[in-house]
Amino acid sequence: MTDPKQPIAWHHVRWLLLSLLLVAAPHALHMPAWTIALMAMLAVWRAYVGYARHALPNRWLLLMIALAASIGVFLSYRTIFGRDAGVTLLVIMLGLKLLETRTQRDAMLLSFLGYFLVITNFLYSQTIGTGIYMLACTVFVTATMMSLNYAGSEPPFRAQLRTAGMLLAQSVPLMLVLFLLFPRVPGPLWGLPRDAFAGVSGLSDTMTPGSLSSLVLSDAVAFRVRFDAQMPRAKDLYWRGPVMWDFDGRTWSAQFFFYTAPGIEAAGDLVAYAVTLEPHNRRWMFALDLPARVPPLSLVSTDYQLYSIQPVNSRLHYDMTSFLNARFGEAENRFALRRALQVPPRSNPRAQELGRELRQKHADDEQIIGEMLSMFRRNFVYTLEPPLLGENPVDEFLFSTRSGFCEHYASAFAVVMRAAGVPTRIVTGYQGGEINALGNYLIVRQADAHAWTEVWLANQGWVRVDPTFAVAPVRVDTGISAAVPRTDPLPLMVRPPYEFLRQARLTLDYVANTWNQWVLGYTPERQRSLLAHAGLDDATWEKLTAVLLVVAGVIVAMLTALALRQLKSRARDPVTIAYVRFCDKLRRRGLTREAAEGPVDYARRVERLRPELTPTVEAITRLYVALRYGAESSAIALIELQRRVRQFTA
Amino acid sequence: MYAALRNRFYTWIFQWRGPEAGAIVLGQRRIFILPTRLGLVFATVLLVMLAGSINYSLGLGFVLTFLLGALGVNAMIHTFRNLANLRITGGRARPVFAGDTALFTIHLENLGDTDRYAIGLTHDRRQASFVDVMARSTMPATAGVAAPRRGVLRPGRLTLFTRFPLGLYYAWAYADLDLRCIVYPRPAPSGLPMPPAASSAGSGTERGQGQEDFSGLRQYHLGDSPRHIAWKAAARDQGLLTKQFTGRAETELWLDWAQLPPQMGVEERLSYLARWVLDAHAAGLAYGLRVPGTSVEAAAGEAQRERCLETLALFDRDP
Repeated sequence: MTDPKQPIAWHHVRWLLLSLLLVAAPHALHMPAWTIALMAMLAVWRAYVGYARHALPNRWLLLMIALAASIGVFLSYRTIFGRDAGVTLLVIMLGLKLLETRTQRDAMLLSFLGYFLVITNFLYSQTIGTGIYMLACTVFVTATMMSLNYAGSEPPFRAQLRTAGMLLAQSVPLMLVLFLLFPRVPGPLWGLPRDAFAGVSGLSDTMTPGSLSSLVLSDAVAFRVRFDAQMPRAKDLYWRGPVMWDFDGRTWSAQFFFYTAPGIEAAGDLVAYAVTLEPHNRRWMFALDLPARVPPLSLVSTDYQLYSIQPVNSRLHYDMTSFLNARFGEAENRFALRRALQVPPRSNPRAQELGRELRQKHADDEQIIGEMLSMFRRNFVYTLEPPLLGENPVDEFLFSTRSGFCEHYASAFAVVMRAAGVPTRIVTGYQGGEINALGNYLIVRQADAHAWTEVWLANQGWVRVDPTFAVAPVRVDTGISAAVPRTDPLPLMVRPPYEFLRQARLTLDYVANTWNQWVLGYTPERQRSLLAHAGLDDATWEKLTAVLLVVAGVIVAMLTALALRQLKSRARDPVTIAYVRFCDKLRRRGLTREAAEGPVDYARRVERLRPELTPTVEAITRLYVALRYGAESSAIALIELQRRVRQFTA
Repeated sequence: MYAALRNRFYTWIFQWRGPEAGAIVLGQRRIFILPTRLGLVFATVLLVMLAGSINYSLGLGFVLTFLLGALGVNAMIHTFRNLANLRITGGRARPVFAGDTALFTIHLENLGDTDRYAIGLTHDRRQASFVDVMARSTMPATAGVAAPRRGVLRPGRLTLFTRFPLGLYYAWAYADLDLRCIVYPRPAPSGLPMPPAASSAGSGTERGQGQEDFSGLRQYHLGDSPRHIAWKAAARDQGLLTKQFTGRAETELWLDWAQLPPQMGVEERLSYLARWVLDAHAAGLAYGLRVPGTSVEAAAGEAQRERCLETLALFDRDP
């Protein structure tokens, strides 16, 4: 079988089929049904042809199928590039290639493609489970590859699997070194397909009634935070996200605009922490109110939102510092303030009327705010399942339904304030988080999504006002689960009665977080900081390559030594070793023992030529013969032999 | 010029040192290793995977790519190991007739504790035979070498190679053992009558006559007269068998160089003599051989046949 042009046997086809199907199986989750059926058909066809020893199908027929399948993929996805279409096409082509795999070389190439298919799975999932499954697949493909290289007898496939696993296990040290030290380049190298990061949830740059409450149903992790020192109190954990200025009567939207930034007048307490942000395919990054520094490759807008230069489509790790209770924006730009007062004139008339009434009643902005909040406090309900709202959602919410989620409160509050002439903007983001004591970090989930407002007061700048806090103070103090009615459909994991489940979940999250930090999130920056910790400051790629080559060289040398050690015949027994040393000493004096000469004959010859050595040679030979061929097996005799050989000089 | 230079370069780099007596142990200096074409394809696939991992920031992609890269390095060690420390000793090669293929057997001894699979032996790098040598065992391996001319055939360098376990590397070692094979002259097609017997025993010089006793059948050997093939047995699918006759030991026949027509060349004479030897042997006769400078006393049997053919093979050649 080691001739590349030799046809492969049925059992090779079988293993090849099985390993490729194992690797391709997870793709079935997102491939269109007809392609799955096609794949199944191709696999069965190949298995039948191999089993019944028929000739492989005509190349033209396969070409026609390939063409038809490509058109089908195009019709299904409206493209043949993109991630999903590309992977589907690759899987189908692999199935077709199976049907023209005849020689050992074809089969080897197909196993290489099997490895490639493993990596395409990581485009969809990189969890620990996927990792383990794909590792098993890799062992399988490797065993298949190995089975193609036997000639004559072939051990059972299970033994081959074990050998393949061993080959891979031996490769792990070198893999670790490569993983840690291989000079990392920040991606992407070329344009990513538009659907590369489809299906990630997170905040949006618009807010309509109901947009946040649907997000709250997801217990997906938004980001994780590790504080350098003491964690701030729960009510200070406002994670600032998109800031919304513009309102069309129903929808708030955030726009990215620049003007001269207002300054920070008073800093307040400084907290330092590190955020690991899950990819959400948008540009904003999250920081505690109010961000005090700008991480690399990001910028801060004039309303103090952090923006990444690139959309965050891989896990992003950044160090942050924030000012708690900062005073900022006293000298706000007047155009910005005018913008923070705009309400579409004909929308929500009753809310605007309420605002104007409040203005007439109070001259002081803070009194207006206080009255509005106490109105919320009196007879409003905080719920995840608010009634649907129609044309003028703020009016309906304020005057008829009176129950809603944080976006309803924030929106209504902002509209009334603007009508009353208090500049107001909406800030969306997350509030709170769950502490994982196991790893001592904070998990912020999509369920913690929140919306609040900032009002601008002369001499105070922008001040955070959270209308939700007025209605349901527990939302801010202890979290969402305490704030909403028990019947509301919250994610299971944030419900207190499932404490055991929650603990298990926290443990798993700790493992996942470690995995994310060290395996998936091992970015060029992390590599640099790790190496700086190890004493290798400003690691250029030349330095890294040099270190990598040295360490890899040592590992390869060790592996080689280990591999070759097993080749020598078994370690000789100490008796033989001692005797060989004795012979070596004589050889150096020109008395070489002949190949066919027994120890006694040899001793006799030595004695004849060097009579003065007789007593020692005789003693050593007698001991050796007794130990080697006789009944003598005591340790004392052995030690005596070794001693005499050591002292022997010819 | 170029060929000579290349040969010197190869001699230096591969340490060709002429035939070696005794056993050869494949130490590290004797084994060479290069990636196969498939190995280069594998490396290319890994590069593509690396680029993909960078592009999509796939942490697990990096893990897989580096794992397979390390596997590639490890495969090199294992391919090398598959040959390392093998002990090779030369075996016998049965004599063949010129124009046939001589089969040289060498013995591969695995002293270690690991099984070695798919070790190939080749002479010309076109045709190879494969053997598996299990731990602490010895296996014969055979290399076919074309024997175009009579005399002594020395195969020269044999190549032992392996691609096991993953087919990504080709490791090889040269074994230039002191092997030899006697190549008999190609027997002439039958047709020239045998010389008359120079004895008083009289009858029985003609082959296949009815008065001799049929004694049995034996396996067909190359050179047996087609007249003695048991065709009936062949028709019954028993393979080629040759009929043997006895009772003619008293007949003395001399196959003499001088009996052949004087205009014949040396090789042609040898080839006719070889034919006569085979025919006489097949007929079960006792015969002697005379060539210039040597003569073989008359006798019958397998040993006589070999002695005579060897004399013919080595005529005018150094053994």
